[in-house]
Amino acid sequence: MLQVSLYRYSPETDEAPKMQDFRVDTGGKDLMVLDVLELVKSQLDSSVAYRRSCREGVCGSDGLNMNGKNGLACITPLSEVVKKGKLVIRPLPGLPVIRDLVVDMSLFYAQYEKVEPYLQNDESPPEIERLQTPEDREKLDGLYECILCACCSTSCPSFWWNPERFIGPAGLLQSYRFLADSRDTATQERLSKLEDPFSVFRCHGIQNCASVCPKGLNPTKAIGHIKSMLLSKSN
Amino acid sequence: MNVTVFNRSGISDWILQRASSVIMLAYSLTVASAVIPDTSYEAWSVFMTQTWMRGFSTLALLAMIAHSWIGVWAVLTDYVTVRMLGSLGERLRLFLLVLMGILLLVYLLWGVFIIWGFI
Ligand code: SF4
Ligand code: SF4
Ligand code: FES
Repeated sequence: MLQVSLYRYSPETDEAPKMQDFRVDTGGKDLMVLDVLELVKSQLDSSVAYRRSCREGVCGSDGLNMNGKNGLACITPLSEVVKKGKLVIRPLPGLPVIRDLVVDMSLFYAQYEKVEPYLQNDESPPEIERLQTPEDREKLDGLYECILCACCSTSCPSFWWNPERFIGPAGLLQSYRFLADSRDTATQERLSKLEDPFSVFRCHGIQNCASVCPKGLNPTKAIGHIKSMLLSKSN
Repeated sequence: MNVTVFNRSGISDWILQRASSVIMLAYSLTVASAVIPDTSYEAWSVFMTQTWMRGFSTLALLAMIAHSWIGVWAVLTDYVTVRMLGSLGERLRLFLLVLMGILLLVYLLWGVFIIWGFI
């Protein structure tokens, strides 16, 4: 039997959030955390709310805080997170709760939008496609794979304190994805939008983000590259 | 609200923060290497009143002031904000920044007087 403690909150009816305990029969199997949530919902309490879609680590919708660490419930095995037979599941920290484990991602998306996450090129389009050397293409590895699950940004203290002004690791990783793209010609414009003391420079390099990314990406490293680009631009 | 002098841009803050820490480190090592072999007041006094050392002390003082201002400004804009404290956050932060500004100004004047022997 697994002891599962779930964060429950329904802002319309509850005065304050509370934790609700369940005992879940895992049949002795090393299930994924999402499987456990499905068991709770189907057998114990159908009112539990959470997001999920692909259940294979692709869509990024079930980012949760499991025993204190952010991750995707669908690809996190119990053996990786359960301590002393207990599993505590909370919503991603720092974002407003809509209900139970479902958070309002508006602030997160607003920051993503700020970095203009699309290719900008002012040259006339070629006949077929814009070519890139294999070396230039390689620069995008470790950047384009992000699924915007928000595990990183919601584990970042700088994002908790200034989510309106600090772009956060997810947004900055995407920002660098376009700064590093040889086909993008808006590099200077992009950089000038990042010079203020908040957008990039609120990152203090503590690497909380890199330690939770379920895709194994490293936003801290990308942010380091952005800082170097800003420094060489200012010289 | 960016109530700050050293806040022209995130880049200059970032460079200044790092440059000032290097200066402070170099200063600490210089003082330590001169004082540890001979801890008498005479040796200390002779060492500290050389003109180049007075200049270096002034530079270290300026570095300390810049470093503290940027650091405190960053901490206050993390924790003393509307998000954390409601509308009080804005006023309290302004108050603390002014307080910090006055404190640093006093340190600067006082430090310069001590270093150059005006008192
Ligand atoms: S960088 Fe990783 S943790 Fe952050 S949003 Fe992308 S996939 Fe999720
Ligand atoms: S390294 Fe930067 S972006 Fe990542 S968690 Fe730390 S402050 Fe946030
Ligand atoms: S359900 Fe799609 S990533 Fe977990």
